[in-house]
Amino acid sequence: MNVLMAATAASLFALGTYLLLQRKLSRIIIGLGLLGHGANVLFVNAGRRGRAPLIGASDPSTFADPMPQALVLTAIVISFGTTALLLALAYRSWMLTDDDEVADDVEDRAVARAGFADRELDDEAALAADLEATTAGTAEDLEGPGLGGDGDPTLAGTPDTLPTEDPR
Amino acid sequence: MRVLLPLPVLLPLAAAAVSILVGRSRRWQRIVSISTLTAVVGLAVAILVEVDRDGIVATQAGDWGAPLGITLVADRFSAVMLVVASVVLLAVVIYAVGQPGAERNHVGFQSVYLVLAAGVAAAFLTGDLFNLFVAIEMMLTASYVLITLGGRLDQVRAGMTYVVISLVASILFLAALAFTYSATGTVNLADLSGRIAELPDGVQGGLAGLFLVVFGIKAGLFPLYFWLPDSYPTAPSPVTAIFAGLLTKVGVYAIIRTQTLLFPGVLPTWLVMAVAGATMVVGVLGAIAQDDVKRLLSFHIISHIGYMLMGLGLATVAGLAGAVFYTVHHILVKTTLFLTGGLIEHHGGSSRLSRLGDMVRGAPLLAVLFLVPALSLAGIPPMSGFVAKLSLVDAAAEERQWAMVVVSVAVSLLTLFALMKIWMGAFWAPVTEGEDGRPPAPDARGGPRSRWGGPALMVVPTVVLALGTVVLGVLSGPLYDLSTRAATDLVDPEPYVTAVLGDGPTDLADDDGDAGGGGPAQDGPVGGGGPAQDGPAGGGG
Repeated sequence: MNVLMAATAASLFALGTYLLLQRKLSRIIIGLGLLGHGANVLFVNAGRRGRAPLIGASDPSTFADPMPQALVLTAIVISFGTTALLLALAYRSWMLTDDDEVADDVEDRAVARAGFADRELDDEAALAADLEATTAGTAEDLEGPGLGGDGDPTLAGTPDTLPTEDPR
Repeated sequence: MRVLLPLPVLLPLAAAAVSILVGRSRRWQRIVSISTLTAVVGLAVAILVEVDRDGIVATQAGDWGAPLGITLVADRFSAVMLVVASVVLLAVVIYAVGQPGAERNHVGFQSVYLVLAAGVAAAFLTGDLFNLFVAIEMMLTASYVLITLGGRLDQVRAGMTYVVISLVASILFLAALAFTYSATGTVNLADLSGRIAELPDGVQGGLAGLFLVVFGIKAGLFPLYFWLPDSYPTAPSPVTAIFAGLLTKVGVYAIIRTQTLLFPGVLPTWLVMAVAGATMVVGVLGAIAQDDVKRLLSFHIISHIGYMLMGLGLATVAGLAGAVFYTVHHILVKTTLFLTGGLIEHHGGSSRLSRLGDMVRGAPLLAVLFLVPALSLAGIPPMSGFVAKLSLVDAAAEERQWAMVVVSVAVSLLTLFALMKIWMGAFWAPVTEGEDGRPPAPDARGGPRSRWGGPALMVVPTVVLALGTVVLGVLSGPLYDLSTRAATDLVDPEPYVTAVLGDGPTDLADDDGDAGGGGPAQDGPVGGGGPAQDGPAGGGG
């Protein structure tokens, strides 16, 4: 029986975690519900099993431990409240965006883009410099011996430019 | 005075109810919440004086015996935290009343804020792991509402992240409680203190790690901080200020309380130190990259949580005293900085550094208000931050943790750099033009621009808190002594246990519980002693 309860808690945790990793808010909320149930099942099983604890009705040593049950009841009430709030939030999100997908952090992307933009500028400058060098090279080559030969200096030039870009 | 103990929790809760009843009149709502929070400040100071003079005070709600009933305990650490938290709560509510748009449009603001105050007080005063869970939930549920009160798109998005992460942490907390209960048969902190020491090393380590993760999410420790800078900045500035000042510190309080009382010496020092160091470095580097004032400050919170954890990791009286002092100082200073950030936004019409500038001409007072806490945070001598950092670095040097000494001093310098970024960008740089080609609106919310930087109700609380950090720095002697006494309490849990469970050994307290009639079931897993205990624990593993 204990193994069964442990397995129940474990599968609730597993399912909850899977749903939590989705992008849709509705699934995340269901996932949180399952995780909460998993924790509650775990907690109820933390106490001793036995008969209903009624003083005077039976031998105290056969009582079930009432403490975890009382505590879990509190936890259930709390998760009820927070789930209601989450559902309201999801509804609000759906009203505002017609979607309940959790969006990325705009500010994070802005910071990332700022760094990226700097790098792009550097790259462009490097590319321009390389192009200048290679076109200068080709121009000389073009003036030189033949067109056909082992020419293709643009192709020969590109591998040289790559390693210089790599460290960035 | 045992009667005083429940009042910091009960008063705000009752006031929250009254605040809803008088919801039609904003004026009455404000009167109720400001007078209640003023009373809580008085109560907190009374409790601190009492506890510092006579030692730990404990009371059992409803007079149920110690391991079973709802225990409220105040030792020096929790009393100090309660005092500084209630002062900050009062200052911020006055600021919120003064700020146009923050709370004026919402009937629920004052009552939810009072529930938050009750939750914070309950978290500091509880002597019971499960009631700590309830208190933190109370505080967090109120914070979910506060962070999404405007219902704007960015608030909903950020609030979602915040709520989901907090709920996951709460569920983990519940699971950790379940493991603790099945291993020991109690959730009373004082009772656990003895019981956990009897468990096998592996079980102790697992529980200690689980609790560190749970509270680490709430406090924003190194790998678990990602939600914080994302969600805090979207709320109105008084709300962000109270979150920054208090919510993470409740997490820190819970870490210090559980690790010193329940798991002394269980987690290896190198692990705590590594987490502390990484938290400091990552937080400050994240802050430097930001452009938005509120986001920069939010990243900063993370960095400074690392210092408090470092004090805990040292596990000496000096280290813990430093951590206590640092926490008190940080609550004050961080709240002041966020309130000033709100004033900057109010005055400049934006919180983006790229759009602000030249404010030293328009609002010189704001410049001073920013500079004082900023220098304090960076650890410049006359302010409280200097004493806080010096005591931690000194304690680390005493323990020969040279790596931590180097990291913490280097992070201080980077802190200064990050804050100077705001200082230069908002106050001294020439005004940059907005993206649409015209300069940013002088005061987006309308109304005349004041040389004081904002309405008096916003400026005065900020000035008071900013003076607080200077006073803490100048009068640091008595406070540091108090922190040392608090740390001595933390290192030796014996008086705490005695205060809660009575003078007799734990078994005696159990017998009392039996006599009360509620205890028999408890007696089974608990009174059975070693062998009965090992059964379920071994089977669970």
